[in-house]
Amino acid sequence: MAVVPFLVLFPFCVSFVMFLTRNSKARAALAYVCSAVIVGAALTLLVQWIMGGCTTITCYADTELVDHVILGAELLLMVFVTVLCFKYRKYWISLLSIIPTMLIAYFELYGPEVEECDHIYIDHLSILMVLIIAVIGTLIIIYAVGYMHGYHKHHADLEDRRYYFFSLLFLFLGAMFGFVLSEDLLWIDFFWELTSIISFLLIGYTKEEQAIHNSFRALWMNLFGGTALAIGIVYFGYNAGTVSLHALVEAGVAGKVVATIPVALIAFAALTKAAQMPFSTWLIGAMVAPTPSSALLHSATMVKAGIYVLLRLSPAMAETTTGTMIAFIGGFTFLITSFMAIAQSDAKKVLAFSTISNLGLMVACAGVGTPETIWAAVFLMLFHAISKSLLFQDVGATENCLHSRDVEDMHGLLFILPRLAIFMFIGIAGMFLAPFGMLISKWSALKASVDERNIMLVFFICFGSATTSFYWTKWMGKIISASHLKEKTFRDVTKPNETFSLTIHAVLMVLLCMLFPMLSEVYVNPLITSMFGEAQNVLPQGVLYTLVAVIVVVFAVPVLSYAYSKRMRKTFVLSYMNGINTGDNRKFTDSFGDEKTLWLSNFYFHKVIGQRKLMIPSQIFALAFLVIMLSMILGGVSL
Amino acid sequence: MSKWILVICYILLAPFIGGLLEGIDRKISAKMQRRVGPPLLQPFYDVIKLFNKETINVATAQTFLILTYFILMVLTGVMFWAGSDMLMCFFILSTAATFLYFAAVVTSSPYSSIGAQRELIQMMAYEPAVLLTCVGFYLAAGSFNVGDIAQTSVSYLVYLPGCFVAFVFILTIKMRKSPFDTSTSHHMHQELVKGLTTEMGSKNLALFQVTEWYENVFLLGVIGLFVVNTNPISILAAVLVILAVYFLEILIDNSSARMKWQDMLKITWILTFFSAGVNLVVLMIMK
Repeated sequence: MAVVPFLVLFPFCVSFVMFLTRNSKARAALAYVCSAVIVGAALTLLVQWIMGGCTTITCYADTELVDHVILGAELLLMVFVTVLCFKYRKYWISLLSIIPTMLIAYFELYGPEVEECDHIYIDHLSILMVLIIAVIGTLIIIYAVGYMHGYHKHHADLEDRRYYFFSLLFLFLGAMFGFVLSEDLLWIDFFWELTSIISFLLIGYTKEEQAIHNSFRALWMNLFGGTALAIGIVYFGYNAGTVSLHALVEAGVAGKVVATIPVALIAFAALTKAAQMPFSTWLIGAMVAPTPSSALLHSATMVKAGIYVLLRLSPAMAETTTGTMIAFIGGFTFLITSFMAIAQSDAKKVLAFSTISNLGLMVACAGVGTPETIWAAVFLMLFHAISKSLLFQDVGATENCLHSRDVEDMHGLLFILPRLAIFMFIGIAGMFLAPFGMLISKWSALKASVDERNIMLVFFICFGSATTSFYWTKWMGKIISASHLKEKTFRDVTKPNETFSLTIHAVLMVLLCMLFPMLSEVYVNPLITSMFGEAQNVLPQGVLYTLVAVIVVVFAVPVLSYAYSKRMRKTFVLSYMNGINTGDNRKFTDSFGDEKTLWLSNFYFHKVIGQRKLMIPSQIFALAFLVIMLSMILGGVSL
Repeated sequence: MSKWILVICYILLAPFIGGLLEGIDRKISAKMQRRVGPPLLQPFYDVIKLFNKETINVATAQTFLILTYFILMVLTGVMFWAGSDMLMCFFILSTAATFLYFAAVVTSSPYSSIGAQRELIQMMAYEPAVLLTCVGFYLAAGSFNVGDIAQTSVSYLVYLPGCFVAFVFILTIKMRKSPFDTSTSHHMHQELVKGLTTEMGSKNLALFQVTEWYENVFLLGVIGLFVVNTNPISILAAVLVILAVYFLEILIDNSSARMKWQDMLKITWILTFFSAGVNLVVLMIMK
């Protein structure tokens, strides 16, 4: 399995070379070639794994040298973070890096001898994560080559540090591969911290005041989670004599007391990574970063690391206090952030809130921890990764053309920038019109939470899905409305590499909608089996195929009706304005005889359910809930 | 076999039943207002006249969007009467409603856009009640399948009185009756003009009208599902309950003034939470 270290180390090397490459042509060529190599390596891993019979593979038992290298790298990271914290006078944040690192270092050097375990673990879930990271990640990098070019053209005042940007993106890919393939909790901890710090650096990319402020908020929240993770790992290491992730899960499933606190702490850490309440604000602040990093880190992959950990832990969390805590926080976040998404008109903010909201649904599914909900969570993750990445990239490209990313300015986008509008439409449809956003997730989550008698979760899902439909539908309506602007035209400045990435995303999205029953049968069900020993579709296979048929009808009907209505003879009339329509549906003459331009806007209710109104109360509520639940868990163990 | 008969009956008869019910509605409303009112078949005359007019559009896409709305609405009813999954029915129903929204905003006309925005708020208001009702049926029957749900020895009204109240309440919104006719305002001379339907003319408006009839018959079918059981007499009881509910809607329509959408949203959600929600909690403890 030499491809595993290659997957981790190759991006690291590329990252280093990128840092030294200051010529943008050479950098672009390098990015394309290396992206292809990474996808190739991921596919090789897939093929090797399939040839091995799709069983779980563990390897690399004796890795003393690597352990020391990782420890050294962790100490270096600590020094790096501390220096930056002192430079920007955020002294206390450095403690959140020093404490866990010292804890881990002490444990490794002076702690008890831990049982040797395999350090790499390859199964259905890690392969799925590797494929998401490789395919989506590299597509985003290809997109970023074109996007960053335009970005620096529009923001001429900013220092062009693209070498640094691409270097970080590749470093991040390597860290993510390491994270999802590791079995040793100490390795997981290292890659975890690494992704947190890369995210922090990317948010601060522009070095503007707002960016620096937001990046430090992201840093402390993620490091705080990392501290919980480190404490959990060291506690488990001392008491169980092993630091293997699966040993932890098995101990949890067997109901051993030793696993209770580590599972709770690691799950808590996952909440910070997945930006759940009360830690949601860092992800909103992260939107100041250039769009490719928002797409890659803050939507498609890094935040999924939190979900990945929760999915791994879910058998151990089922029917425990920890599971209840996680499910509640997830459901609560799903509902409350979908409210806040309604009040946003900045497209990137809408995407950020909806990301948190969707992550909330996945977290809730993992917290309930039955085979059905995990099935739903895996599919949600897959659909979300593709459609969100598509939407972020599309909003970025639209912003480069319109010089605005306000949803209100996208009025009539279909007529202004037709290609981008269609991609956006596919992305939104994939988020909530296609089977997974709106139907199956609701279906399975509802069914499972009813079966588990979790009434709170039922309420969260029922009300949350209503608010979710609201903000997506009003956005879609904006895109297709007749344009206000006839005089002003915009040029589509989307570059071929951006279009390439967008097109592949859109195609993947459509394929996923068509093929998901097959995917469920050949891939997701075995995944569930390997986790729980039994697999269960939420719905029988037959129903899934019926569903695909229905989806096809739902999408075919508009096409057919369009073809039909095109042949119809019709007369065009002007719209009713309660004043004299001046002739093109854009202006009217009012009662004083003046010409008034018509301007339509969506509802936002930002004074009632805006971020300012809701964020702090719900953070306080979620924090209080977490404190109470965690003390219950800790108290339950000590008693 | 019997379910296909039901489906065919639905496709063929629903517009007639829906139209007839509207005729009755107008007649009763007129009596309540001490007017004579139009003939019973007036809704049909109206629709036929509209169908025979020249097609007029404000935006190119309007016709095909309304056509999609129509087809998806019929599909919703077909799925329901074929006894398939209830959540799937409501999924297609909300997709249909989305297309209606598109048909209204695509014109960029002020009145139709305002109406459309309010329609979206209405969707947000009634969706929790609809979902909680589905959950209620699932808890009581152990299945989301309409076919399985109908096979019961005891009417679900016994288990789900709270859900029934919530569903009847949101029916007022779905049927666009006052006080919740915020998106179309079916009474004359209001600030909204005709809201959502302002820019729909001739054939488009006729199609919209027929779609509404299909929708009403589907929704009343759901009301019926609360009552039917394996005893054949229950079908008669279901029809009586449906008629009673319909009369109640007419009564509410004629005795209340339009409410602001803010109040509509608040009242609907609070009622849904306390009526359907409490019902579910009790049912979860019982079952």
